[in-house]
Amino acid sequence: MSRDTPSVEVVNLNTHYGDRHVLKNVSLAVMPGEIFVIMGGSGSGKTTLLNHLLGLLRPTSGTIRILGRDINTLSALERQDLRTRMGVAFQSGALFSSMSVGDNIALPLREHTALDETTIGIVTRLKLEVVSLAGFEDLMPSELSGGMIKRAAFARAIVMDPRLLFCDEPSAGLDPVVASSIDDLILRLRDAMGMSIIVVTHDLDSTFKIADRICVLDKGEVLALDTVEAIKNADNERIQNLLNRRTEEAEIDPDAYLRRLLGEKENHHDTADDKRNGL
Amino acid sequence: MKIESREIDGAVVVALAGEVDLQHSPTIRKHLMELMFERRPVIVDLAAVVYIDSSGIASLVEAYQQARKNGTRFVLAAVSAPAMRVLQLARLDKVFALADTVEAGLKA
Repeated sequence: MSRDTPSVEVVNLNTHYGDRHVLKNVSLAVMPGEIFVIMGGSGSGKTTLLNHLLGLLRPTSGTIRILGRDINTLSALERQDLRTRMGVAFQSGALFSSMSVGDNIALPLREHTALDETTIGIVTRLKLEVVSLAGFEDLMPSELSGGMIKRAAFARAIVMDPRLLFCDEPSAGLDPVVASSIDDLILRLRDAMGMSIIVVTHDLDSTFKIADRICVLDKGEVLALDTVEAIKNADNERIQNLLNRRTEEAEIDPDAYLRRLLGEKENHHDTADDKRNGL
Repeated sequence: MKIESREIDGAVVVALAGEVDLQHSPTIRKHLMELMFERRPVIVDLAAVVYIDSSGIASLVEAYQQARKNGTRFVLAAVSAPAMRVLQLARLDKVFALADTVEAGLKA
């Protein structure tokens, strides 16, 4: 894949949860070696977008290309192969509780490669060094702190040296110092391995520290997609509300509001949520 | 990836080139460990490595540890910038014996 081919390309992505239009014509491209932050408030659609990028959901319409491949046209085998070139650090860590930290991290290598155990052991411990968890491979996940679980999840996400790394809320629930160390780790991984890294977060400090570009999602739409400086200086009121942590009072549609309270179903495609959001 | 070996002054210079990844690292490991079994001094020339993944680094680590046990020389020479960044990520630049050039590695 050439350096000019986006690692991720999304074109006119639309998705619904039932009648609810969750992502609306979302388009974006993430270039190789880029740290791309998807940010937005709760309910903005950022986790839904991430799940689409991971191939966990099928869109209503639109295309998603990951490392040059349209993920919705791949066979199960091709999709599996593509996933070996992607890493995911889940918000909760998603470590297997019955396995030691070392076995959790080694698992992708044991499942997807023919490397011998000596090499797997060295690679596993190398990754633990990288995330500052050296010597913790024999502990169980239940014996780790929140920050350590995040770092162990990172180690597992990068153990196959993926070209593309997804991080879901990497600093959520961490104290500022530990959160900052996770940011540093993301920057070092990009610089050393040339990975494209997609970070989903609502942490502004983290976003401004690590992002090359930011995609601001709001009510399922791309409100802005630009560099850190451009986003900081945007004169759009909704962006500034998000950056300055100002709450937005949604305009009330009395009809829709009453229907919701009375539990009456909508019969048409434009949902109450869309109307409430003025969309 | 390409792997070429040549003998200079009793040492074996192993030159790696291209992308050293999961597909190729077992070959490198086998080659280096055979040299370690023969207790040969080894200079690994990394000048033409454009990418090296963790499995490639692991092969170098295993061979280096064996060389230390053998008491033989094992030097990484002319480490390319991409390879150096990966070594630095895990602070292995502080662990391996490094030389700026193959010639300097031979004299080390």
